[in-house]
Amino acid sequence: MTMATSSSRALTGPDPDVQPPAGVHSLWRLRGYLYPYRWQLLFMLLAALAGVGLSLAIPLVTAAIIDGPVTDGEIGMLPALAALALALGVLEAVLIFARRWVQNKAVLGLETTLRGDLYARLQQLPMSFHTRWQSGQLLSRATTDLSLIRRFSGFGMLFLLTNIVQLVVTCVILLLMYWPLGLVVAAVSVPIIWLSMRFEKSYVVVSRQVQDEQGDLATRAEEAAVAIRVIKSFGRSEHVSAQYERAAEQLRATSMRKVRMSATFWTFLEGIPNLAVVVVLALGAWGVGTDRLTPGQLVAFITLMLSLVWPVSSLGVILAMAQESMTASARILEIFDTEPAIVGGTRTIERPRGHLRFEGVRFAFPDEPGEDVLKGVDLELAPGETVALVGATGAGKTLLTALVPRLWDVTGGRVTLDGVDVRDLDLTHLRTLVATAFEDPTLFSMSARENLTLGRADATEAEIEEALEVAQAQFVHDLPWGLDTRIGEQGMSLSGGQRQRLALARAVLARPSVIVLDDTLSALDVHTETLVEAALRRVLADTTGLIVAHRASTVLLADRVALLQDGVITHVGDHRELLATVPAYRDLLAAEDERAEEMSA
Amino acid sequence: MSTPTGTRTGAPTDAPTEAQQRTRAWRGEADVDRDEAAERMTSGTLGGGARRLLVELLRPHARLLWLLTGAVVIENAARLAIPYLVKEGIDVGIPPITQDGDVRPLLGIVGVVLVATVVQAVSRNRFLVLQGRVGQDVLYQLRRRVFRHFQALSPAFHDTYTSGRVISRQTSDVEAIYEMLETGFDGLVKAALTLFGTAGILLYLDVKLGLVSLLSFPCLVLLTNWFRKASARSYRVTREKVALVIVHFVESMGGIRAVQAFRREPRNQEIFDDVNDQYRVANLGAFRLVTWFMPGTRLIGNVTIAVVLGYGGYLAYTGEVTVGVLAAFLLYLRQFFEPMMDISQFYNTFQSASAALEKLAGVLDQEPGVPEPEHPRALPDARGELHFDGVGFSYVEGRPVIPDLELTLPAGQTVAVVGTTGAGKTTLAKLATRFYDPTAGAVRLDGVDVRELDSDTLRRHVVMVTQENYLFSGSIADNIRFGRPEATMEEVVAATKALGAHDFISAMPEGYDTDVANQGGRLSAGQRQLVAFARAFLADPAVLILDEATSSLDIPSERLVQKALRTVLAGRTAIIIAHRLSTVEIADRVLVMEHGRVVEDGSPADLVASGEGRYASLHDAWEASLA
Repeated sequence: MTMATSSSRALTGPDPDVQPPAGVHSLWRLRGYLYPYRWQLLFMLLAALAGVGLSLAIPLVTAAIIDGPVTDGEIGMLPALAALALALGVLEAVLIFARRWVQNKAVLGLETTLRGDLYARLQQLPMSFHTRWQSGQLLSRATTDLSLIRRFSGFGMLFLLTNIVQLVVTCVILLLMYWPLGLVVAAVSVPIIWLSMRFEKSYVVVSRQVQDEQGDLATRAEEAAVAIRVIKSFGRSEHVSAQYERAAEQLRATSMRKVRMSATFWTFLEGIPNLAVVVVLALGAWGVGTDRLTPGQLVAFITLMLSLVWPVSSLGVILAMAQESMTASARILEIFDTEPAIVGGTRTIERPRGHLRFEGVRFAFPDEPGEDVLKGVDLELAPGETVALVGATGAGKTLLTALVPRLWDVTGGRVTLDGVDVRDLDLTHLRTLVATAFEDPTLFSMSARENLTLGRADATEAEIEEALEVAQAQFVHDLPWGLDTRIGEQGMSLSGGQRQRLALARAVLARPSVIVLDDTLSALDVHTETLVEAALRRVLADTTGLIVAHRASTVLLADRVALLQDGVITHVGDHRELLATVPAYRDLLAAEDERAEEMSA
Repeated sequence: MSTPTGTRTGAPTDAPTEAQQRTRAWRGEADVDRDEAAERMTSGTLGGGARRLLVELLRPHARLLWLLTGAVVIENAARLAIPYLVKEGIDVGIPPITQDGDVRPLLGIVGVVLVATVVQAVSRNRFLVLQGRVGQDVLYQLRRRVFRHFQALSPAFHDTYTSGRVISRQTSDVEAIYEMLETGFDGLVKAALTLFGTAGILLYLDVKLGLVSLLSFPCLVLLTNWFRKASARSYRVTREKVALVIVHFVESMGGIRAVQAFRREPRNQEIFDDVNDQYRVANLGAFRLVTWFMPGTRLIGNVTIAVVLGYGGYLAYTGEVTVGVLAAFLLYLRQFFEPMMDISQFYNTFQSASAALEKLAGVLDQEPGVPEPEHPRALPDARGELHFDGVGFSYVEGRPVIPDLELTLPAGQTVAVVGTTGAGKTTLAKLATRFYDPTAGAVRLDGVDVRELDSDTLRRHVVMVTQENYLFSGSIADNIRFGRPEATMEEVVAATKALGAHDFISAMPEGYDTDVANQGGRLSAGQRQLVAFARAFLADPAVLILDEATSSLDIPSERLVQKALRTVLAGRTAIIIAHRLSTVEIADRVLVMEHGRVVEDGSPADLVASGEGRYASLHDAWEASLA
């Protein structure tokens, strides 16, 4: 069982729903990203330690002033001591400034480099990875996880170290000054550290629950937004709103639990040091009264003690931060560790003719290795020929077309282009030779021009114009800024038919040797479809074409039709011929057929 | 147009920087939308809409807010009392011990400190809990209100306001407001009370030393003011840049198939590296502000402490102040400069909350385009007669989509509507379901103006099925029952059997209980559409409208649906909108529409038989394509 899961994991890459194991080693593995900033880090550490020294020194100078010039009347020392306090104070501010200045550059550099590398790796990973990971899941790695790492490597790591140093040094000083009070402080620190670590644990549990419930609420909000027309069609707003409110109420209750928990925690956190002040004041004042302690020392003592509150109470928070950033690193490393399964070969085709062959092609999805979707497809497209691919929904037509530009790789047999296995071809070269217009056209929030020239950045205006004409997509000129208008989610919204025509223009503009049209005309009205088909015939005349078709009108663009059934090509031939002789074909493409069926029944 | 309210400017008032120009080269030109405008408005203060909404949200909690204020005042008073009591301990408690070993004064003072500590702890606790309750209540009410408001707004609004924005209004924006209520109030009140409280006590303890300490205040005010303005600017830039990073990232990953198929990776990387670096620079700017601000306050604090030490030490030497007063001064100054550190955090919270408030106020100000009637008419049963009574409609004033339509659909008739894109077919359907209201005339159901029916009644009688076959999370049975939750399992099965959907649903791992989110993800588009049909049939409306509902089906599924339609449509009024003629065959009557007018009207057979006219020629072309 374990072996089976691990081997299927190797095939499909990491699982988005499973949290990867995390530990100190996860953070340690990212050290390479810190290396360029090693001197900066060293400087930051030294500055922070010096800062600790200064924050200890200032109260000691205070003590000296109170005990020397004030109590003992040595006024001559006052200006020097005051000047020292001033110098130390200024130095502390300067050190903080310098440390932060250096830190900003280093940690932002680290974060930016990591994000760039992550993006680069994600672009290399194949469809088998991306179909399982939603872009939202990847985004949270590129934003939330990275900023966790950034914060820990700049702030957490540093203060984890300096806070411990400060705690130890201060306790030693206090013990040396007057040991009973020192003991009180040391004794108080222990329950605070214990409390804050324990709190962090249970707090994390409630926070997770709040997050889950927030996620649930967000899902409901999303559903209600996306399905607003369905909800309205059925007059069910009241029902949906009531459901949402129940979930919101649940979230409110859980959040209140979280609020109460943290209120109690902060009360103790501020209460315990204050109680220590009470004890220190009582013991210290008595000590001063009985000459065991000077007044200056008492003041220094209280100041030092109060200066420990933050380092001590933040230890729990910083440890939790360390834990979180380990998890974050593990989540990022998981992606870096996924090897791109589709790597290009070295061969190129000097004079591509567009001779495409499927030879005994088999394909199974990596998560269902036993179940072949394609079970030995043989099909040959002569250079310049156009073949329509017909089959029932879910027969694997789109999949078959995706094997040509290697968006997926065959699991058996091979696909050749001009006699060369596509896996031996240089990947970029292969994808220059093949262009696809997808059924659901992906538009990016960029200018119309950028969207069109996706496959050919150096296209001239004339070429763009020609492609627009073939796809009947001249409407882009009527957009407010013409070809420079931003389209996509963040720009002008286009209709389904307009989007499909742009996707078609994009594929045509790429000037491929093989063009794949994956049911590209489905959203066009009859009139536009006729115009596009007429123009497409010109393009298809000298380009090899593979067309996925659901309608008779699209099939007519092709020279031959191939029928894909149960994972194999069962029939190849002329549309009329197949319509007349193959019942399964008739069933798929002839709506008329039903009447005949009824009559014969 | 992405939003009707956009103003046509490519960038804010400043001249575009080089980075902006580089970005615009690939990103293209677009209107500035309302969200961006709201972000840009923030300048460290609350705008009009934002302030109004905040007051509205807090008003119901006025009593709790007073309690809250009480708790916070008590807490701060107790907190501020402690250094004073330390001073008393030193000045009043110690001398008796030195003189005759009398510890009673000291113990008395220590007792008061103990009480102050406990009072502070308790009031702090109450404060935090109360604050949490107010925050959570406001949050809950806001969520409720925003959700219901989005539900009430017309589909016309939702057409332009994308679902992504609807979602972010209800998630990140609402949370930004909570964050401000949670941390902002605390930090702000604490800072204010500390500021004035400390000033008062210092002056009370010793006027001269107090005045010297207060010299630091103007410096602090200047520094904070600078920081507030500068951070409002840098916040805006950072938000813009991070939005660029996120959009580019999400779109490249969402469209990875096109990216890889068109070898887009190098260009994408180039763009990403650019926006990623712009984000870095923006962040660096924001961080640098804090880099100046934090040590700046520390510097002011430390200098003040050193001055107080020197001058105070001198005063103590001359006997003008006691050692206790000096100690109290040092402790107060420490306490005073600490909350300043939180202020840098607070401003960011404040910026995002104020932008969020602005955006939410904008949404809540939107009037529903199709308001509910004040005195709804009752219509328990409908026969299903639809009458378009002199109906006119235009999306944009002066450009009517439907100029003047007079049309009656008798109860029980199945009517097919055909015509080119933009002929007004879908508009007709949207008027009948009251997604829009006509700009002239009236739509009547059984003689009643649909504007006089409340939306639940109307939509019980008139249901529309579109290509949008959305399935809600939950089981398949729940989805079919969506329009009529009280339907029995037998009725659900009857509906699916009539459509031929029973077989594939039964074949799923858990049959009708299969969760749509899990295994249901494998439903094909056609199967999902059949479930959507079952949902509509089970709702059993008097009028059923199918708007291009079969066009995403492949031909075998479409044939199945048509077979079912013949039985299901019997006895109800139906409007079938299609651009494929196969669907039209089952209609009693065909309307051919053009430019919002009915140009042909008759039975399909008659229209074909006439041999001329648009329907006849469409029909010929269609037959030819089948051959």
